[in-house]
Amino acid sequence: MTFFDLARRNVSRHWLRSSLAVIGIVIGVIAIASLGIMGNSISLMFGDMVTDVGDTIIVSPATGVGGGKLTERQVNDITRAVGSNVAIPFSTNADKITVGDKESGAMIYAIPAGDIVSLLEVESGAYPKGTGTGCLIGSQLAANSRENGLKLGARVRIGDETLRVVGVLKERGMGFDINPDYAIVVPYAWYSNHYDEDEYDQVIVKVRDVNDIDAVKESIEQKMNRREDTVNVMDTRGILESIFAAADSITVFLSGIGAISLIVAGVSILNVMLMSVTERIKEIGVLRSIGTRRSEVMRMFIYEALILGLAGAAIGGVLSFVAGYAVTAVFVGNPDYLFNPTSLLYIVFGMAFGVLTSVASGLYPAWKAAQLNPIQALRHE
Amino acid sequence: MPVISFDAVTKVYPLPAGDVVALAGVDIAIEKGEFVLIMGPSGSGKSTLLNIMGSLDVPTSGEVTIAGKRISGMDDDDLTLMRRDHIGFVFQQFNLIPLLSIVENVEYPLILKGRQKGSRERAEDVLRAVGIADTHLTHKPGELSGGQQQRVAIARALVNDPDFLLCDEPTGNLDSKTGTAIMDLLDRMNREEGKTVVMVTHDPRMTDYADRTIRLVDGRVVNDLL
Repeated sequence: MTFFDLARRNVSRHWLRSSLAVIGIVIGVIAIASLGIMGNSISLMFGDMVTDVGDTIIVSPATGVGGGKLTERQVNDITRAVGSNVAIPFSTNADKITVGDKESGAMIYAIPAGDIVSLLEVESGAYPKGTGTGCLIGSQLAANSRENGLKLGARVRIGDETLRVVGVLKERGMGFDINPDYAIVVPYAWYSNHYDEDEYDQVIVKVRDVNDIDAVKESIEQKMNRREDTVNVMDTRGILESIFAAADSITVFLSGIGAISLIVAGVSILNVMLMSVTERIKEIGVLRSIGTRRSEVMRMFIYEALILGLAGAAIGGVLSFVAGYAVTAVFVGNPDYLFNPTSLLYIVFGMAFGVLTSVASGLYPAWKAAQLNPIQALRHE
Repeated sequence: MPVISFDAVTKVYPLPAGDVVALAGVDIAIEKGEFVLIMGPSGSGKSTLLNIMGSLDVPTSGEVTIAGKRISGMDDDDLTLMRRDHIGFVFQQFNLIPLLSIVENVEYPLILKGRQKGSRERAEDVLRAVGIADTHLTHKPGELSGGQQQRVAIARALVNDPDFLLCDEPTGNLDSKTGTAIMDLLDRMNREEGKTVVMVTHDPRMTDYADRTIRLVDGRVVNDLL
């Protein structure tokens, strides 16, 4: 028999009351863990959707300058400013395409043929030549339009000109620069000739060393915006940081909602423990009179709170797994995110918070019990 | 050296309506092996005397020495250890711990001193010595009669081999036959084991068991008879 054993027996003596207190902790742990998992899964989903690794700078015309386009001269200035790093200008448009007798709409990206290799990977086929009429199609566009005849080697009609699909791109995912998965990529020379255009929408700068991002940005700003702001310079690292910071805020907010329910459970434990102290005043008086120290009385009551917390955390942990699975499946659409270690950590966090809340709620009743005057406690009826 | 020594002990309770003097210059010395009764009318200071003897309270002035140690200036932990190691309490209402079995109730003071090998056997031996059958050892206190519970309480008081037993009306909740059996047990512990017994009681029949009777009135010792 130990103080822990005594505490355990007292918890089971009032099993209904103890069970209700445990249910409160269980709900709190589930709330904090499943909402945390949901927030984290959203963050992971963003991570999966966005392929950028933060090595890209996007230069676009400053709003209202030059009709929203970058001139050849500006592109050359940017290319000089970035030094040995690669500057890839591109334009984009949406147009009708015809494959066989099927007509549909598609995004068209125009990139100088020599730069395509620096930006995109071909899964099958080859890169188009600068002077030819070859084009590339995005992986999703290829997958969705196969039955329409849009595949490697197919002929695509845009306006009154015909292009030939020379390659299918590897899936790239969502990016902050271009999203070619559902698009057609054509050489800029063809595009310029076809649409009679010699300006660009944006320039993508691929920085070799991620640590040079700030220096390269500064160099572009110095070159282009010294007198007035002619271009906007954004780096994907900053955008990524903003997005992940927002996702983290969502996680914290959701976990905070869960924490509120755990605090309510803590109040319930405080109530149960205070009741237990009040009911056992005489018993505490006896324990004190036969030589039980204040610290030992306190320990006994803290153990009771700990037992309630451990039981609640254990049950809550198991149920959090189930709830986390449901939340990621229903709200995020991919239950695999639950098995990511960062998600599972929220179950551990919820359990730890449950135990801590329980013990913290037991501190005041335990202290109150320990402070009882043994003479008055013995007289208590 | 006396087991308990009171030297000009005064206890004053400050109340809003004015100070209440519970003990006024009490001098008592109780030697090892004595069986002492403390008697007196309600409000005479018996409970206060008992509380101070039991290290549950400290005097306002004067010196109290228990088992050779002065309790003035002791903090709560020291007083608790004094109760644990030197004093065996027997209460009118038995005051066993309902969560624990009979043998666990008796083993509890041993556990407070740190888990020792053989503590269960020691508790069982003391229970047998006070007349509790082995078949009752695993019962809960509520399953025993009042007399049996008081025997268990006496066993709990004895298990740590205290310097003296401090009994507060130990027969007050028992019928006369059972009360006599309990008094016989305490008497046996006193005569055969040499245990010092200090008992607070209203019952004048108990004087037959005592070596000495101390009478209190208004917080003063008015009679200390051998």
